Amino acid sequence: MTRNTDTGDDSGDAVTDGGVAEEGQRSGFSPVAALNERFGSDFVESSQFWLPPFLLVGLFVYGAIIWNLLISLTDFTGFGTPDYSDLDFQMYSRALADSGFVDAAINTFILLVGFTLVTLALGLGLAILIDRNIRFENTFRTIYLLPMSLSFVVTAQFWAWMFNFNNGVINIVITSLGLGRVDWIGNPDIVLWAVMFALMWQFAGYAMVVFLAGLRAIPNEHYEAAKVDGASTVRMYWRVIIPQLKGSTISASVVLMVFALKAFDFLYSLVGGYRPPNGADILATKMVREAYANLNWAYASAVAITLFVMTLGIVGPYLYYQYNRGNL
Amino acid sequence: MSNDARTDGGTVTEADPGASAGLLSGLDAYRVLLYLGLLGMLTFFLIPIESGLVTSFKTPSGVSGSLPFAPPTGGTFTFEKWRAAFDALGRGLINSALYAIPATVISALLGSFTAYGLTQSNWKQKYKAPVLALLVAGVFIPYQAVLVPLSQFWSMIPLQEWLGFLWALGINNDYASVIELIITHVAYGLPICTVLFRSYYKNMSEEMIEAARLDGASIRRIYRRIVLPLSGPMFAVVLIYQFTQIWNDLLFTLVLVQTESSAAAPIVLILAGLGTSLEGQDFALRMAGAFIAALPTLAVYIAFGEEFAEGVAT
Repeated sequence: MTRNTDTGDDSGDAVTDGGVAEEGQRSGFSPVAALNERFGSDFVESSQFWLPPFLLVGLFVYGAIIWNLLISLTDFTGFGTPDYSDLDFQMYSRALADSGFVDAAINTFILLVGFTLVTLALGLGLAILIDRNIRFENTFRTIYLLPMSLSFVVTAQFWAWMFNFNNGVINIVITSLGLGRVDWIGNPDIVLWAVMFALMWQFAGYAMVVFLAGLRAIPNEHYEAAKVDGASTVRMYWRVIIPQLKGSTISASVVLMVFALKAFDFLYSLVGGYRPPNGADILATKMVREAYANLNWAYASAVAITLFVMTLGIVGPYLYYQYNRGNL
Repeated sequence: MSNDARTDGGTVTEADPGASAGLLSGLDAYRVLLYLGLLGMLTFFLIPIESGLVTSFKTPSGVSGSLPFAPPTGGTFTFEKWRAAFDALGRGLINSALYAIPATVISALLGSFTAYGLTQSNWKQKYKAPVLALLVAGVFIPYQAVLVPLSQFWSMIPLQEWLGFLWALGINNDYASVIELIITHVAYGLPICTVLFRSYYKNMSEEMIEAARLDGASIRRIYRRIVLPLSGPMFAVVLIYQFTQIWNDLLFTLVLVQTESSAAAPIVLILAGLGTSLEGQDFALRMAGAFIAALPTLAVYIAFGEEFAEGVAT
């Protein structure tokens, strides 16, 4: 039905179409009027704007996720096409028995939580510094946010050099402090923290921008009231200001966690291949490696579904929270 | 930019000349510490970039024999790596632009359409809400969850046959992946574009649109005559955000183009494998390549920093 109106009013005369349909209602049954009756007066007419994009997103996002779920239930490997006649959960039990998968899941969790916490903390610190009535505010803010405009592929090049064993900036600084060199990328116990540090560098500016908007929304009286009460600056922030940043913290956390789940680009570019450094494999890299290097399509799909469920666990409550606050 | 120009005068530690005498005497340890903190963070954010920049101009002996953040001196200075990086990445610059620019424009336009249809039109909130929720949730989807179906989908579409007329013109048939990348990026970029435009349209003046509706203007006419002309600032935000995202993305290029030897290989795909070989790593080359790949987004960021900040903060 809606299809017809979509293609029908290419001439741009949406008005006459709607008019005709409403008149038609009196003389007999009209599908357009029936749809508008059910969904609201503009439903059919506005659908030319939102329905085609919505169908595109529906197909590529939700259609693909359902398809992915189906593939994860098959035994699809190598070249050819999946066989959908024999569906079972074999790939999921295989994942649970695969120590590589369990390690990747643990690493994903550590990266998710650690990265989000340190980035929020640094971002909040930056926002408070910027908000202290400083000069050159724009310049500072622009530079702090700059890494965010760079590709993961680009920042991975910079940090591969920063973490270089012999001549990287980090090791030069550390040795000048009298400590020994550290093999940041090569040591499986350390590499994940090194990656976290680099990602924090890239995204702290984002957290800063979100917190800064939150800080600026707090009325000046709150600062003054705390001053009058004789609270120190630290105490004022801790007791009065930071508790009011709940909304900013939640939105920034969700976005940062989603970025952490997507850290694939960074890890791939760090080594220029599907196999990240030992100790830094996360679900995102494992999924792509299983699919495009090993051609284990069904298994990769099962890993992908795990990743998707993790995301849903974070984003679902967030969307529900936003919906309840009427922000959706 | 005008603010930046203003800040060029004077040094950072200088006291505010406009401050009253009371404030000047208040320039105490606290203020000094504040600016020290700000400058320390400035160093932290700039050192990886600065170190990359100076390294890209060094000869191999300069790279191994000097401090990573020290500028190249006489004998160790060279443009060689920039030339080599440009030779390797030049075609990638064009290939990336071929899909990044159309995908940016199309996704911004469609995002504006979608947000308008879901905001400035009267239909029941009860039915609008799930449509919106599905679109907003699309922003957060990890792309890994759709990769295998995406590969399957594009392998089922006979794009090579449909575009036969292009290959007949002498265009390398690797360029079919450009079309795939455009459609893919539009589909996955639409949710964020919609969310950005929706936040803007929600705050748009209702009266003007109501008045136009009372005059009998169609939804399409209202969009063309009122909403679209007023959307300029938001288009700037969305176009900048989307361009940066699409230009910077590696995952889809890896899956859809697959190999850097493809004639249509985007710049990020070539850069990801640049300067790494079995013999060791050529960091000067990798740094020069990183800057070439970053130039377009850096230029956009420097020119439109405000809009970029607005895009990421929403």
